[in-house]
Amino acid sequence: MLDEPTPRLDEGALRALVPRVLAGLVRRGEDFAAAEDALQEALLEALRVWPEHPPREPRAWLTTVATRRLVDARRSEAARHRREKTTCAEPRPAATEEGDDTLFLLVCCCHPDLAPASQVALTLRAVGGLTTREIADAFYVPETTMAQRISRAKRALRGRRLDLPGDLAVVLRVLYLVYTAGHAGRVDLAGEAIRLARQLTLATDEPEAHGLLALMLLNHARLPARLDSEGRIVPLDRQDRSRWDTREIAEGVRVLQSALAMQTEERPPGRYQIEAAIAALHDDAATAAETDWPQILAWYDDLVALTDDPVRQDPAAVLGRAVAVGHVLGGAAGLRETDRLREVLGERHRWHAARGYLHELDGDLRAAATAYANAARRATNVSERDHLVRQAARARAAEPRPR
Amino acid sequence: MPKYLLLKHYRGGPEPHRPVPPMDQWAPEDVEAHLAFLRHVSELLEENGEFVDAQALTPARTWVRYGGPGAAPVTTDGPLPETSDLVAGWYMIDVESHERALELAAYVSSEPGPGGEPLYEWIDVREVMSEPPSGD
Repeated sequence: MLDEPTPRLDEGALRALVPRVLAGLVRRGEDFAAAEDALQEALLEALRVWPEHPPREPRAWLTTVATRRLVDARRSEAARHRREKTTCAEPRPAATEEGDDTLFLLVCCCHPDLAPASQVALTLRAVGGLTTREIADAFYVPETTMAQRISRAKRALRGRRLDLPGDLAVVLRVLYLVYTAGHAGRVDLAGEAIRLARQLTLATDEPEAHGLLALMLLNHARLPARLDSEGRIVPLDRQDRSRWDTREIAEGVRVLQSALAMQTEERPPGRYQIEAAIAALHDDAATAAETDWPQILAWYDDLVALTDDPVRQDPAAVLGRAVAVGHVLGGAAGLRETDRLREVLGERHRWHAARGYLHELDGDLRAAATAYANAARRATNVSERDHLVRQAARARAAEPRPR
Repeated sequence: MPKYLLLKHYRGGPEPHRPVPPMDQWAPEDVEAHLAFLRHVSELLEENGEFVDAQALTPARTWVRYGGPGAAPVTTDGPLPETSDLVAGWYMIDVESHERALELAAYVSSEPGPGGEPLYEWIDVREVMSEPPSGD
């Protein structure tokens, strides 16, 4: 028996069922927090039992076990010990599509009253089907801390109406937070965010949801080239482009085109579509030198036009645009564009790093080295700090020796 | 086994054994050698089963204290921001003895600097107070 290989459990398929089962329970009138707890227990049970005894109807199995847990919980709450046969309500026949369930739950988890960290944690557990342990690992905090964050979030949701149409913009922001939270640790958060965004696009025609999925895919495609074998950051203009994932790029472009096709006069592309378009132009260039900077600059013009006061409301867009200006009109012009951000971003490493890059475009290696060194002092993660120190040392070494 | 913090400092501590310019002014190959050595230290500690944690801190510092009832917290950059002691980061290790902690700290201090010469950086070694032993 022991020699028999344990059949591999398809955890991805299991986790894909989470939003469907949970949405079914909540729609049936179960309390969200209690249903979520019960489903977590059912999932742990599934991980234990399924490798030996795979169920014929995985979704019904999970619903049944979760329901039994809910009944148990209610029973122990009422301090009744009478044993009775559980009558499990089978889930109603699939009246809703998979995407609708995901959307419904995302809106619950991304309730505007919750803090962003709670929205992220709850989304990963209730929609992503990750365990508390996995989420804790992904954010480098103790498991008890993450468990507390999740239960506080669920307490905050108690008594709120969860059937109202929610704010999709918040959902998109939370998914993007999950995406950008990093790729380290045992859990691939970027991959998880893409999976959730893909499910979301099944439920909504909102072009920005498709734009977000496209943006994630088009950036994720470059991930294999972003670090070298020693774990060092490789900037975009030095990446080995043959390592980019062409399948992801193709999908991203397709999703982006479908989103852009929905635009009208009254409804121009939103920020995720614009950022995806910029990412697509980078992905499209066979070499860094072939990058279509004039078109990238045109998209940045659209991006900064989305807010009334871009310097304050969207300084990252203004900074990205300054780099594009540097490529189209020269480093000095780009540097002038960064000047008006000094007050807002002057203490952030990105501002100094972008100026270092623009000084290099302008041929002023000494100023570039100083700017990179200033950026390194303000960096907030070790890889970027080390990268910026290298950039500073490289620029200084390349500078003609003063006589 | 006792735990120790090996603290690295941006500034403060005893007189430097030899003056060294900031790393962004080193030759690129010296920067690479230094960063490779730091990676190697973490790997070595993990292989030895002595690694607990390693973190780097940004140099920006804010001192803060309770401002009193109903008042906002009081903050300052510190009395002598240019000369006061400033921690840059740490290794936390779990080792057999105080001697082993000093040995590892000295090894960290041998990290290559400009020209591949050792930095001779001062490392601040602090023992972590342990939990009370069980079964007393």
